[in-house]
Amino acid sequence: MDPFTTHTGTAAALRRNDVDTDQIIPSDWLKRVQRTGFGEGLFSEWRQDPSFVLNRVQGASVLLAGEDFGTGSSREHAVWALTDFGFRAVVSPRFGDIFRSNSLKGGLLPVQLPSDVVAALMDLVEADPAAPVTVDLGAREVRAEGIAASFELDDFTRWRLMEGLDDIGLTLRHEAEISAFEQQRPAFLPHV
Amino acid sequence: MGTTLAEKVWEAHLVRRAEGEPDLLYIDLHLVHEVTSPQAFDGLRLAGRPLRRPDLHLATEDHNVPTDLLADAGTADIADPVSRVQVETLRRNCAEFGVRLHPMGDAGQGIVHVIGPQLGVTQPGMTIVCGDSHTSTHGAFGALAFGIGTSEVEHVMATQTLPLVRPKTMAVTVEGSLPPGTTPKDLVLALIAQVGTGGGQGHVVEYRGQAFEEMSMEGRMTVCNMSIEWGARAGMVAPDDTTFAYLQGRPEAPQGDDWDAAVASWRTLRTDDDAAFDKEVVLDATTITPFVTWGTNPAQGVPLGDVVPDPQSLPAGGERDAAERALTYMGLTAGTPLREVAVDTVFLGSCTNARMEDLRAAADVLRGRRVADGVRAIVVPGSMLVKLQAEQEGLDRVFTDAGFDWRNAGCSMCLGMNPDTLAPGERSASTSNRNFEGRQGRGGRTHLVSPPVAAATAVTGRLTAPADLPPVQTGA
Ligand code: SF4
Repeated sequence: MDPFTTHTGTAAALRRNDVDTDQIIPSDWLKRVQRTGFGEGLFSEWRQDPSFVLNRVQGASVLLAGEDFGTGSSREHAVWALTDFGFRAVVSPRFGDIFRSNSLKGGLLPVQLPSDVVAALMDLVEADPAAPVTVDLGAREVRAEGIAASFELDDFTRWRLMEGLDDIGLTLRHEAEISAFEQQRPAFLPHV
Repeated sequence: MGTTLAEKVWEAHLVRRAEGEPDLLYIDLHLVHEVTSPQAFDGLRLAGRPLRRPDLHLATEDHNVPTDLLADAGTADIADPVSRVQVETLRRNCAEFGVRLHPMGDAGQGIVHVIGPQLGVTQPGMTIVCGDSHTSTHGAFGALAFGIGTSEVEHVMATQTLPLVRPKTMAVTVEGSLPPGTTPKDLVLALIAQVGTGGGQGHVVEYRGQAFEEMSMEGRMTVCNMSIEWGARAGMVAPDDTTFAYLQGRPEAPQGDDWDAAVASWRTLRTDDDAAFDKEVVLDATTITPFVTWGTNPAQGVPLGDVVPDPQSLPAGGERDAAERALTYMGLTAGTPLREVAVDTVFLGSCTNARMEDLRAAADVLRGRRVADGVRAIVVPGSMLVKLQAEQEGLDRVFTDAGFDWRNAGCSMCLGMNPDTLAPGERSASTSNRNFEGRQGRGGRTHLVSPPVAAATAVTGRLTAPADLPPVQTGA
């Protein structure tokens, strides 16, 4: 995974609550067996509407979204679609749990900020679509003109993202502990 | 202070704990289907990593499979070439890595969350994951079961563990008994309408109280299944005699001495009296009535006897906007009684409501009745074994006599990945779990309902509860 330290780009404001992953990437796109090429399917239904934000705003790399972004289906394809389209971070007052953990594996930073801060960011980028927005993982802070808001992310995850480390590789360093655990699992557990 | 059921299962699977790091948890079972696994198998191959424990993975084909083929159909009969490749890829991957697979056409095939419990591989106290958000279904047995993404699928394949931050705990206590004519589906839809789509975010929920103690395993599965629809990481019910009776004798359940050891261990899986939850919700089961959704997320629901709500009655902002957009998408007008909403299609199926009890409840409504003219009605058993058992009980005849289509097992119209879809603008009453825009097919409009309401709706062509139907005329 590429390291994530700090990112500055323009942002798109998606003023909707409850954006489920079926909207982010509709299910007919999930039949593909590769990890690439999902950007085309991003919000493919909503993009039929010329007034949809991603048809009006080009080149944004930060997505500002309403409450409960990424609810529903566990499809990691939602993260692949957003990154393939060019997004590096999504800012929302609240995320679906599975979407959030998928993002943290897939190089898309989910940034949780209070509703009023997200609203202020949306107002800013709607007034000036060229306004730069910075997501600074080291400082755990989002900055834009007149706005500086800190967000929470545990130290371990932050370190892993900043170093661009592979989760599986990290876990395999504890192979001995995994094997030891396996020795004492109850005999009645199923093997299929 | 005591601990909760969820904490007990968590601690029992702890491989490693270190200050400032997520816990490393052992995963007892990984369920696999064709949609979310191919990129994970690819990842293993790319990194040259083996599948650590092939004996702890179980695969089936469900999302893409057409449900109207002959029982002995092969992948060549899947008309959509992209779907076909996905199913074939799963078969190749399972063969290469040594994973047990129940393919299309196999007697053990079915929706991933139906076959685990049916085989008895879903057991109390286990950790169970799957690249599928409705993995929460398995929590009905007192397992800690949750959906994961494809990167985590690969992690489990390579290490049989997951690094996880400990979730918060929540109790949903439902006092009293569900009234006759209502089902666990009505209960969970009412719960979600109350707490909202994000109400459970970050929490593992334990469902408890009289309503759950009295509930069958199948009902508990329906409720746990929909935990994700209100944002919960997982849902659990403490295992009890109902659980043990359901499991005993199933092919993969412990036998003999193992059974006794297992039950002794399972009986300890209870929240201690002095344990505290981070959050608690209390509901009164006796107030529950048949419930339906009117909008485009599962929290947008009301009792069937109500009218389509007026967005203006909601506080200005995100929630009102969402309601307005939902009404436009659904083609509904505020103030319309739900009972006057006409449907084109009735879908009885999905991992929420396609087990024996669901089919029996719907068949009870349909005996001696007919599907209304112009309504397309299909019933898709959750597994081939459910199908077989239903046929042995003669339920298939009840459905087909009434005018339902009787299908093979699969996800079918729960999501638009296979030939069973809604056409744009078409409206359904569906026993599935998601009424999202386009979920059942582009432009399709979904009302989530219980199996008895689905059956009664098929009879009248409008959203209907069984109690609304005139009695069946008997005799000539
Ligand atoms: S039936 Fe629906 S919810 Fe269940 S696994 Fe299949 S697609 Fe997912």
